Order: sequence, then structure tokens, then C-alpha cells
Amino acid sequence: MTNKPVLELKNVSKTYTIKQGLFGKPKPLRALNDVSLNLQHGEVLGLVGESGCGKSTLAKILLGLEAPSEGQVLVDGQALAGQDRIALSRRIQPIFQDPYSSLNPRKSIEDIITLPLRVHGIGDSASRDRELHKMLDIVGLPARVARSYPSQMSGGQRQRVAIARALIMKPEIVICDEPTSALDVSVQSQILNLLADLRAEFGLTYLFISHNLAVVEHLATRVAVMYLGRIVEEADVATLFETARHPYSRALLASVLTPDPDMGVPDTQLGAAYPNPIAPPSGCAFHPRCAKVMPHCSRIAPWPVPTSDGHVECHLYDQQPLQAAS
Amino acid sequence: MTAFPDALEITGPTPGQQLRRRMFGHQGFMIGAVFLVLLVIIALLAPVLAPHDPYAQSLSNRMVRPVFMGGTWEHPLGTDHLGRDYLSRLIYGARVSLMIGAVAALISGTIGTALGVAAGYFGGRVDAVVTFLINVRLAMPVVLVALAVVAILGGSLSVVIGVLGLLLWDRFAVVMRASTLQIRGREFVAAARAVGCSTPRILLSEIMPNIVNNLIVVVTLEMAHAILLEAALSFLGVGVQPPTPSWGLMVSEGKNMMLFEPWLVLIPGAVLFVLVLAINLMGDGLRDVTAPENRN
Repeated sequence: MTNKPVLELKNVSKTYTIKQGLFGKPKPLRALNDVSLNLQHGEVLGLVGESGCGKSTLAKILLGLEAPSEGQVLVDGQALAGQDRIALSRRIQPIFQDPYSSLNPRKSIEDIITLPLRVHGIGDSASRDRELHKMLDIVGLPARVARSYPSQMSGGQRQRVAIARALIMKPEIVICDEPTSALDVSVQSQILNLLADLRAEFGLTYLFISHNLAVVEHLATRVAVMYLGRIVEEADVATLFETARHPYSRALLASVLTPDPDMGVPDTQLGAAYPNPIAPPSGCAFHPRCAKVMPHCSRIAPWPVPTSDGHVECHLYDQQPLQAAS
Repeated sequence: MTAFPDALEITGPTPGQQLRRRMFGHQGFMIGAVFLVLLVIIALLAPVLAPHDPYAQSLSNRMVRPVFMGGTWEHPLGTDHLGRDYLSRLIYGARVSLMIGAVAALISGTIGTALGVAAGYFGGRVDAVVTFLINVRLAMPVVLVALAVVAILGGSLSVVIGVLGLLLWDRFAVVMRASTLQIRGREFVAAARAVGCSTPRILLSEIMPNIVNNLIVVVTLEMAHAILLEAALSFLGVGVQPPTPSWGLMVSEGKNMMLFEPWLVLIPGAVLFVLVLAINLMGDGLRDVTAPENRN
């Protein structure tokens, strides 16, 4: 793809301070460590990684809910920090993980879906009503749900409401933060198909955050793999699922459960422990769990090595690792 | 696009309907509510219902016993040591008690809710300051502060209401802070921010509707609290001043005769008990009735 990136992260870091007790020294937690990423118009970038690797922090920064500690977020080449949150919210909208938490239980579906229009003062009540019914139709909900409340709906229906709310302003970019992981498997596929249809219909760009590789393979065009606040590999979806480069990506792929009961639970060779993000391992953060660990991995942090369709951050692909060590 | 199977079934009543159904099914709530409504009606219609002027003294008719202790229907609950009709004074006293309860709860509710919601939503420094204020307030004994204020300003109905209103906000602040903390982490708040809602709008239209249940429960508890405190202060002589009919004052005036004419103390005491019990029953009921919804 040769388009200009619509959304770009430049060397973004986010550090939280963790207080330890009343007299403990506050310690920094680097949720994001020098992340650079860009989102091209019309693509679906899948972002995968274990729990706690910084996926949701990344989503919050892209939505403008959190400010990066360092680095910049660029929208159409302009820095996000200077832009109005109101203006930004017309272009980027979220779909959250848990539809039981993302809809205000005290508000009717009508109020929830038309909230963006009311906040931005778009249209009068008649035109908002038309928009509401158009959106309900698009996401596959009957018109009569408009007057009901979230507690009267199922998880799948609620997620459709959340999608309708996100799309009523016709945003260009939708940040989906694990939009199906709280749903039943049967409903998951409906929501995924809906998201895929909507992308084609409205020309949307998705950042699709998930820990479910099957979902990512189904929907994404490009994949970024995250580990402990860094993007360790970025590649086209076909490349990653056929020939993953980074040992962590390979372990993730190997961990996908297959429906064949005879296969048993796959051995990922990752060991049990996800490292403590307050005290990350030295050198390459992945080296304690890596199947192909080399002596210098614990001393030297790897750097991004460009590949034909992305980058990978691993000493296996460095040309001169020992040179740098000396 | 066609509707999916899971999209077709919308079942169950709205939250409002559920609430109404549970309220009418809750015995404690209904008993409390009926008594409270009754007392409010009596207080509002006091000039119509009271058989005599509550201030009219009649020295020849002092300490007439109530009808169930051998008195006459002229004074169904007897007369006090100045010959004033006890029933009329009780009826007018309901006005004092309910007004003090309502206004003190309104003032303290406004202060406490503002502080608590701000602390819960903004966290950090704001939270530290509010928590400190709550602790300072909790360290002050209400009755002693009220005694001091009345010593300076003199006792009157408005002073009592003011003192109680400015002192009883601690529970509001604590409860509202906790409720806000619980709600503000929910994703619909983040969604509202991502949509571009302003902070006041988020507080008023996203957070408030979800914590107003808890607010109402605290309002009822603090009303009962304020009514009891008024009675205690009036009993001590630093609350409502005579000849205003106040239930606490009536207990106080009757206590000299308590051994010979115990009904002078028992009647206002019993009414006070019923009012506070009704309010507390209603508050407890409200808590039960609204709790299941918080689970969503």
C-alpha cells in the first residue's frame, strides 16, 4: 500500500508511576516503550499480544483519552496533542471490549446511539431520529429497540449498539479493542462479519486489537505483534501466519488451540511467567522465554530490522549483532 | 442487511418498570413510605387538622390527661403544663421535624455530593483534599459544635437547620465518592469522552444517573439523623426555642413530670420513633430495591 498513513505513532512511550505503599518509592511502569506504528487508509491492522503488553494503553492514546509520555501521535500528518478533542472524535471512534460496561445502563438505546450527534450539535431531533433508524438497520437491530435499555438486551445486541454509536458520526478510523472477546463464540462471528461488511460499506480503517489470532487472521490485512510495550514484529497477515519471523510470534501461532481433541494443548515453550513489567528483563525483553535465545540477547536490546513488508526486532535477523556488542 | 436471530428478541421490562415492580413488592419500603406520606400530609394540613391553636394557653386546663387515660375528647391527647392542646402541638411539631429533616438533608446532600463526586471522578489531589475534609468533619462531634454555635448565635430554627446542614455532609461525600469511583472506570465513561463530551456533561448525564440511587438512600438516612439531632438539641435547650412546638422540646418540657405523667414524654417520643422508623424503613427498602440493578 502506498497511501499516506492516516494515523501514525512516532516513538510513543507511556510511563505510569506505580506507588508501592505509603512510604514505598514510586516506580515507573513503561506500558509503551518507543512504539512506532502507522495505519494506512482502508487497512485493518491487527494488534496482538498477551494480556498486559500495552495493547489497551495504545488504544487509549490513539483515542486521545491518555496523553503519551513521549513521542507523538499524528493524524493525517498533524500532531494529535494540538488537535481539539471534539474534532478528533469525529474521525476516530472506539468499540470497546465489554458491551456490558460500554453502554450506560440508565440510558435508552436511542439516547446512547444519538449521543455523539447531540454532543456535536448535528441535526435536529427529526434528522437524528432518521440517522438512528438508519444505523439500527445497518447494524441489524430492529427499530423497536430504540426505546429499550441495555439491560434488556443480549451481549451481541449490545455490541451492535456500541458499533452503531461508533459509526453514527461516520468516522474514518475505528479502534476496536477486543470487540468480540466478551461474546459467545456463535455471536463473535456475527459481529466480526458485521465489522467486515461495514468496513467495505463505509471505507473504514480499523485498528483491531485482539489476543485471538484466528480473529485477526480473519479480518486483518497487516499484523503487529506486541510484547512488553514494544512492537516486536510487523508484517502482512499472510506472511505472519505462514512464516512468522520473531520467536514470540511463532510461539503465539503455536499456541492457537485447534478443534482436534487428539492434538492436546500445544506446548508454546513460553514457560509460565510473563515478566514483571515494573522490572523488565535486560537486553531483549523476551529472552527469558525465548526458544532460540543467544548469549548476547540478555545484554543487548534488539533494534527494528526492516523486512520486505514490515519489521522484526530480534537478534536472529541482525546482520552484525556482535559488532554492536563490542 | 437482515436482522440476525439474536437481534429479534427484546424481552423484559425497562429499568424503570423493574424498579416500580420491586418497590411495590417490598414490604418494608411500602410500610415506611405510607407512614412518611401520611406524616407529610398531616404536616401540610396542620391548620386544618389541629383541633386547637398550638400556642393557646389555658392555665385552668393544665395537664389534662389524654382520652385513653381518663381524659375527654375536648383534648384527645391531653394538655401540657401550660394548658396547650397536646395533639395540636404534635401536629405542628411534625412541620418542624420534617422541615429540619428535608432542608438539612438538602444542604448537606448538595455539599457532600459535590465533594464526593469531584473526589471520585478527578482523583489525585482533589481526592486527597476531600478525604482530608471528610476526616476533619468526622473528628468534630456534631452536638458539641451545635452547642458552641448556638451559644454564639442564639438558638432558632434556622440556626439548627444551618448547623445540621453544614455538618451532616460526611456520609454523602463518602458514599458518593465510592459510587463515582465505581462508575468512572466503566467503559461508557471512556466512550463518552471519546465522543467528545465535556466533563460537566459526563458528570451530570453519564455518572449522576448511575449513582442517584445511592444518593436517595443516604438522603433518607440523613433526614432521620437530622430529625433525631434536632430533637436532641431541642431537648438540651439549644435547638428550637419555645414556644415553637417541636417534638424534642415537648419531651424536654415533659421530663419534669415524667414520673407522675409519663404520657407527656411518651407521646412525642413515640411519634418521633415512628417518623424515624418510617424514614429508615424506606431508606433500607430503597437500598434493597435499587441494589440488583447495580450488578449490570
